[in-house]
Amino acid sequence: MSVLTRFLGDISFAEEAVQEAFAIALAKWPDTGTPPSPVGWLIATARNKALDRLRKEASRSERHHAAQLLNDAERAEEHDVHDDHLRLIFTCCHPALAPDAQVALTLRLIGGLGTEEIAHAFLLQPTTLAQRLSRAKAKIRDANIPYRVPDAADLPARLGGVLAVVYLIFNEGYSTSSGDEVLRTELCDEAIRLGRLLAALMPQESEILGLLGLMLLTDARRGARVVRGDLVLLPEQDRTLWDECKLEEGRALMQICLARNRPGPYQLQAAINAVHSDAPSGARTDWRQILVLYNQLMAIAPSAVVALNRAVAVAEVHGVEHALQLVEAIELPKYHLYHAVRADLLRRIGRTADAATAYRLALDNCENKRERDFLRRQCQSLKSH
Amino acid sequence: MRQYLLTVCYPAGGSPPPADVLNNIRNDVMALQKEMQSAGVWLFSGGLQGAGSATVLRHKNGEIVLTDGPFIESKEQIGGITIVRAPDLDAALLWARKLSRATTTPIEVRPFMEQPS
Repeated sequence: MSVLTRFLGDISFAEEAVQEAFAIALAKWPDTGTPPSPVGWLIATARNKALDRLRKEASRSERHHAAQLLNDAERAEEHDVHDDHLRLIFTCCHPALAPDAQVALTLRLIGGLGTEEIAHAFLLQPTTLAQRLSRAKAKIRDANIPYRVPDAADLPARLGGVLAVVYLIFNEGYSTSSGDEVLRTELCDEAIRLGRLLAALMPQESEILGLLGLMLLTDARRGARVVRGDLVLLPEQDRTLWDECKLEEGRALMQICLARNRPGPYQLQAAINAVHSDAPSGARTDWRQILVLYNQLMAIAPSAVVALNRAVAVAEVHGVEHALQLVEAIELPKYHLYHAVRADLLRRIGRTADAATAYRLALDNCENKRERDFLRRQCQSLKSH
Repeated sequence: MRQYLLTVCYPAGGSPPPADVLNNIRNDVMALQKEMQSAGVWLFSGGLQGAGSATVLRHKNGEIVLTDGPFIESKEQIGGITIVRAPDLDAALLWARKLSRATTTPIEVRPFMEQPS
């Protein structure tokens, strides 16, 4: 995709040529065997398909221009593909595109997911998603969004945008829902795959390693998160159900980041998860270390949600009263977890009636079936005290 | 090379800034225009008189009808336009960023359709 886009200068045109090439490969290769350089074969075939179409459809001047570009495509080298992947990722995640569009384009063009799959995963009508994709591609073409890796000066901000898209995809997959479980897992896997791709393409960028570590360490807990249909929170999870392979990989990435000592928000969030994953049980979690990390996170990337999560750590280190004071100062009235955290703190100091009210506020703001069941159970358990 | 329209957007409900601030803005905008001209990207720019000075012309039942006021009835107003030449959106956005700092307002960046040669 990325090589063809560079030479054809049009994502839709490139997409069609690539799809035709893939279709031929799928039909032929089972019989003839995979050619020695599958990528080279695909590029050459797609190029020829594009040339065929140009001959039929384009005006003479367009044909001349495009044929020139396609001749250049003959000389595509392996290292060009690497650069082209980066170009495509940064183009899909250009800030001039709506965030929804960035996510859809990334999954479609880099993830290679089908439109049906993507629509299903995000609970959209396939036609809605198809329109979103085609509007985004039209904007890239009409506004002439350039197909290039940003300059060094712009790179940090633009990379932040790319990482935000990948993390959004991961969170979409990780959040439990009454939707298709299998597809949600696929989204997490896809986000991790994108993280690995970015890490291979830009190994010097520590925040990429941080995000990848964060996703791996979080995903490692997936098996313990839902037991017999019920949500189980981190402190109560059966840690034997955690994926040790993913934890190892996540920890190794954190070691690299630590050695580089260029901390950033994703690295810090990953480090927090690493501390959780290192604890043999919920009760033996090193909350002091977690609080230190949250203090660092608040210093470089403060937000109400980070403050809320920090308050949870404060409760363990400095006591529930102190944490409750912090929480009351945070304004997140529409965030169900805000009310859930507050409810839990109130419960722990015996303010049962206030806790029940807070759980009801949490339920008012929560649409996820599994989480609602969990909140209801928490509320019920108040009454038995 | 493409052409982009940079539109100065006056947000809704704002009153014009005091005279000395306006003066600084005017100077910054003129300085930027010179910079654009030196860089060979400037095609045209101008500040617009207020929306109250606008007239809309329409065809209705075979007649021309004039209405007082701007086309789009809204509290937001267009304050002025600049047209630049740029190879791609990123280059146009760089100029828009500078214009936004000079005018202290949002700037809309919109590509012109390509002219058939």
